[in-house]
Amino acid sequence: MSVLVYTESEQGAFKKVALEVASYAKTVADQLGTTVTAVTINVDNASELGNYGVDKVLNISNDQLQSFNANGYAEAIKQAAEKEAAKVVVISSSADSKYLAPLLAVGLNAGYASNVIEAPSSTSPFTVKRTAFTNKAFEISQINTDVKIIGVSNNSFGLVENTGSASAEDFSPSLSDLGVQVESVDKATDKVTIADADVVVSGGRGLKGPENWGMIEELADVLGAATACSKPVSDLGWRPHSEHVGQTGKPVASNLYIAIGISGAIQHLAGVNASKVKVVINTDEEAPFFKAADYGVVGDAFDVVPQLIEKIKAFKAQQ
Amino acid sequence: MKILVCISHVPDTTSKINFSEGDTKFDTNGVQFVINPNDEFGLTRAMWFKEKQGAEVTVVNVGGPETEPTLRKALAIGADAAIRVNTAASDGFSVAKQLANVFKDGGYDLVIAGRESIDYNGGMVPGMIAGLINANFVNNCINLEVDGTSAKAVREIDGGKETVSTTLPLVIGGQKGLVEESDLRIPNMRGIMMARKKPLSVIEPIEASAETTSVKFEKPAPKGAVKLVSADNLDELVDLLHNEAKVI
Ligand SMILES: Cc1cc2nc3c(=O)[nH]c(=O)nc-3n(C[C@H](O)[C@H](O)[C@H](O)COP(=O)(O)OP(=O)(O)OC[C@H]3O[C@@H](n4cnc5c(N)ncnc54)[C@H](O)[C@@H]3O)c2cc1C
Repeated sequence: MSVLVYTESEQGAFKKVALEVASYAKTVADQLGTTVTAVTINVDNASELGNYGVDKVLNISNDQLQSFNANGYAEAIKQAAEKEAAKVVVISSSADSKYLAPLLAVGLNAGYASNVIEAPSSTSPFTVKRTAFTNKAFEISQINTDVKIIGVSNNSFGLVENTGSASAEDFSPSLSDLGVQVESVDKATDKVTIADADVVVSGGRGLKGPENWGMIEELADVLGAATACSKPVSDLGWRPHSEHVGQTGKPVASNLYIAIGISGAIQHLAGVNASKVKVVINTDEEAPFFKAADYGVVGDAFDVVPQLIEKIKAFKAQQ
Repeated sequence: MKILVCISHVPDTTSKINFSEGDTKFDTNGVQFVINPNDEFGLTRAMWFKEKQGAEVTVVNVGGPETEPTLRKALAIGADAAIRVNTAASDGFSVAKQLANVFKDGGYDLVIAGRESIDYNGGMVPGMIAGLINANFVNNCINLEVDGTSAKAVREIDGGKETVSTTLPLVIGGQKGLVEESDLRIPNMRGIMMARKKPLSVIEPIEASAETTSVKFEKPAPKGAVKLVSADNLDELVDLLHNEAKVI
């Protein structure tokens, strides 16, 4: 009986969330007095996981799983969980993990709690805290099944280093027809994505038009941030839909969220409130976003943002 | 093609969220309920299939009698029939079991559900239905075309999109993008009149345990006041972000 954690990777290297879910799994394993086994899929070198509390790694190398497939990944993780007789399976809140989790839950007949933000407050009964009502409240949820799946909210738990080393073992799940085939992928590979970003720079209708996004991208660039936007901006076609954040868009749980020319409507706030520190730049001192922000600048974006870019460049140069 | 559209009955997006009975129940007082926004995109896509390809559309909800106005609204938008599974929606897994049961009895080819509901944000019902009925599944679906028994779908991925091919029976978790927002329909008078005559059947639930239970709710702690920095003194902002907030 160990705690199983699925550690996500991209092109053979772990994503940051993989180390976060490993840290989380270690905490749960300590609570239960057991060990952590990680599952990797097509990862080149998994030794780093030992530093985050993983005791054992099951390495899966499989050509069928070269690109993400929810069915195939869920099946592989299920077989790993069964092999380890895992009582708790920990995954992230990435779009891919949220895609495979319900299939895994059915496969293992396990209760699944998504968007979990803290270590379990009790393991008997098994109780976790999760966000609900699109970040407007928290739900304390009890998982009643023998096997439990926890989806950890990105950036909620952080990384916890541990000294240790993980043993490694190859694991070959048996897979049948995957059901869904990828035909093509359309993705800007050189850009930081909203889900993985520590910092997100977001623009609203206050920017007046797509031609003004250069300064948003430049600010994002100097901060190593992802770019995002409010809903009307993507509806107007100024930015791609994949950048729309909020209640009906992507959720944001970054460390720093910079909102530029965004009013802070309730539907926008709901989706970005999970960010730790929020900075607002807006001409209107009455904009609702100032009530939700940590830091604010009342001013014209066209004046403030270029200056801020220079200040941050200067700051970075000093570091 | 027979399409089943799952409709979640949720508080309107602007609702104030409060709890009652010692913070153990969602307080519905003064709350307006609507079709879950992700489901509304799905319902509209189903209407497109109905009009372009002659599909038959049934909407379904797991819930008490209080959810019927939401189902009637879906009928007024154009669905052909509605089903209400007469039990409180207690957790995602048990709801998925009820919906999978409706699927088995109805000979459907396609199930359209929303990526997640905006109340409990579980994000699990569509995938669980797919797992339970052994159908293909595409989540975060932003486009869907069906030709005979083959389907082509586009799903949103982190930082872009992906086109996939699959076959029916299929379950999708839909979201914004599935149809243009300008295509979303508000029921008109004729639709509302017709909806009254359309069948809304109430079926009794199957035995299905809840795998998770809500113990309690909490609201976020009130936020401290914003620190305003003058537009002429952005060095201070950089300093605060570095030394106080420690985020750069
Ligand atoms: C069901 C539903 C779901 C929704 N879901 C979402 C969602 O997921 N995400 C989302 O974002 N919205 C969502 N909305 C829309 C939301 O209600 C708001 O309409 C939207 O967030 C407003 O976007 P905005 O702040 O960019 O634009 P506006 O409301 O037009 O605000 C623009 C802001 O820019 C400021 N401004 C103007 N010029 C400048 C300047 N030069 N410099 C600095 N500031 C300037 C203005 O003072 C204003 O505050 C939803 C709405 C509904 C009904």
